Amino acid sequence: MTERLSGGEMLIRALQDEGVEYVFGYPGGAVLHIYDAIFKQQRIEHVLVRHEQAATHMADGYARSTGKPGVVLVTSGPGATNAVTGIATAYMDSTPIVVISGQVANEFIGSDAFQETDMVGVSRPVVKHSYLVRSAAEIPRIVKEAFYIACSGRPGPVVIDVPKDTTDPNVFFDYEYPESVSLRSYSPSTRGHSGQIKKAAKALLAAKRPVIYAGGGVIQGDAASELTRLATRLGFPVTNTLMGLGGFPGDTEQFLGMLGMHGTFEANMAMHHTDLIFAVGARFDDRVTNDPAKFAPDATIVHLDVDPASISKIINADIPIVGPAATVLAEIDRVVEAKMAADPDALDQRALADWWRRIRGWRREHGLDHDQRHRKGSNGSLLPQQVVQSVYRATKGQAFVTSDVGQHQMFAAQYYKFDAPRRWINSGGLGTMGFGLPAAMGVQFAHPDGVVACITGEGSFMMNMQELSTCMQYALPIKIINLNNQALGMVKQWQDMQYGGRHSHSTYRDALPDFKALTESFGHVSYRIDQLDELDDAMADVFGAKHKDDLVFVDAHIDPEEHVYPMAIKGGAMNAMVLERVDGRDDIRDDL
Amino acid sequence: MRRLLAILLENEAGALSRVIGLFAQRNYNIETLNVAPTEDETLSRVTLSTTGDENRIEQITKHLNRLIEVVKVVDLTEGDHLERELMLIKVRAVGEMREEIKRCCDIFRGQVIDVTNDAYTIQLTGTSEKLDAFIRALGEAAVLEVVRSGVSGIGRADKILSL
Repeated sequence: MTERLSGGEMLIRALQDEGVEYVFGYPGGAVLHIYDAIFKQQRIEHVLVRHEQAATHMADGYARSTGKPGVVLVTSGPGATNAVTGIATAYMDSTPIVVISGQVANEFIGSDAFQETDMVGVSRPVVKHSYLVRSAAEIPRIVKEAFYIACSGRPGPVVIDVPKDTTDPNVFFDYEYPESVSLRSYSPSTRGHSGQIKKAAKALLAAKRPVIYAGGGVIQGDAASELTRLATRLGFPVTNTLMGLGGFPGDTEQFLGMLGMHGTFEANMAMHHTDLIFAVGARFDDRVTNDPAKFAPDATIVHLDVDPASISKIINADIPIVGPAATVLAEIDRVVEAKMAADPDALDQRALADWWRRIRGWRREHGLDHDQRHRKGSNGSLLPQQVVQSVYRATKGQAFVTSDVGQHQMFAAQYYKFDAPRRWINSGGLGTMGFGLPAAMGVQFAHPDGVVACITGEGSFMMNMQELSTCMQYALPIKIINLNNQALGMVKQWQDMQYGGRHSHSTYRDALPDFKALTESFGHVSYRIDQLDELDDAMADVFGAKHKDDLVFVDAHIDPEEHVYPMAIKGGAMNAMVLERVDGRDDIRDDL
Repeated sequence: MRRLLAILLENEAGALSRVIGLFAQRNYNIETLNVAPTEDETLSRVTLSTTGDENRIEQITKHLNRLIEVVKVVDLTEGDHLERELMLIKVRAVGEMREEIKRCCDIFRGQVIDVTNDAYTIQLTGTSEKLDAFIRALGEAAVLEVVRSGVSGIGRADKILSL
């Protein structure tokens, strides 16, 4: 027998049928019927945030750490527009979230009603797809489609805008959740072209100076083990983008570290001198390639991506393959394995050994893997790299690490060695300050027993610190590592390097709060560290059994003069890098 | 290079705004745009003329295909095709100009579809170049109002764009 449900009940029931565990949201007039439907059920836990932007980042953190879609519920007007930054963040990093926004009743749409915003219009450039519910009967189908679209192909955010009249608790419909989706205009590729796969395998085996350049697609596409198997079989050097960290074990010899603007010397040099780039789930972002015209002059490009629009967008691909990373990598591996079994000389081992000798040379010249414990900051102060390394040791490399945007993000990416996917969670594409804390909360909800560290800076932290209250309400034992340099460090670094040290609005002029008192006022535990010799003991405490159930805020006062290096010289090739501190060099130009 | 794209689109509210938004968002150019439902009323057909080199057109096509409501995209300029545009043009027609304009209209195989004491409204179909040539032939002084449909295009012979 079919059930008779109201629109609001159908919406919540459909979420249950999708297997949704958490909804991150904030109530308001347009969604009151929906909230009443939430009240009357137990299967989905609603998490009350303090700001809608944070709700989207929580859903995003949940999605990135699990691969399952995150769900957001906000009201119309300001509730919806507050969510837009989080939607754009998810869009740029291709993460699956479904955002349900309230809307004024259909009959009032277009009348400038109270709390009315054209959410479908406002969000259009930053969603994979969006829906405006015209009648309640459409709700089950729309929810089914929204989740399918969000999670399949290249994932992305989907908005469902729900006018209040379609959730009326007094009008009932036959509820049936569709078994499947039928969309004639949407069929993401499920396997690669076999001819292209053979070509790719042949090109890989013929390479003398190869690099595997793997991005977020390996994480989102759950292809880390397939990538690792193929890369290990070939013995090729592997570099990850900021989004791809954890896609290949970061603590191995074969890993070159992150590439790009703040990538390692060895990764960027290898990319410049390579004769074959195998790009997997990466999009040749401007923060990677530097000047595309000077990019990897000798390289044949093999580019695998699930999204055809990412291929040959910036850098022309010689061998394009459209398909899901995991399937295609496994197929390439089978071809490579067969060829190597048939012919022991299929791979030019001598050339590869020479190539590795060059790479190790670059690594010796300027590596990041050295221990920073013996370095001293200006006036003997603590260095941000030391803090990240200490967190790495205290968590044995097994934490989920979220970050915000700026210097601390780069230090975390450089010095925390991720050896598994879905552990490193940051806003790479949009570069959203304020992402770290709410993302960590989403991760903690998804992994109640996991160790979750949010490596942030005081600037980013203050953009969403209201969520300390939410953490209190839900007793989330997140560890917040605040790399406090009392400045917007990355902006300040650029000003040091390119604007003659004129720190235009990148410092707060002694107007920072007492973070210890602030976080303690929310019932959390707080530490303040400014000495290297107390660092490891403090981190052992923070991540130890003592504070297993506490949110701990570590206010780490670090050297405000420290810069992130290497740093790409804009307009150059990938081998153009600044490796050590230079101030006031006007020839290092850029347009942030 | 000028290109003519034919796009089959779900005939749904908001679908066209996604296509147009994409062009604005990615800094692509729309020269002309023409849209109407097809014989299958669940589909709309858009003919859109734009400019760009091969890479750009490839990107435009790929991004259009990424839109969920876009069912099919074809670059008509890749093969043999026909293009037509409809123009309605109101011209000042007094004294001996009346006969002159009528003659010109006949030469271009246009039709006068409305007449007043001092004006003709002429309907003319053809390639965009032909319509341009007609306007030039009339001379600027005569033209009161011009409305053009934008280009519609279809593949020649047995090339068919359908589901």
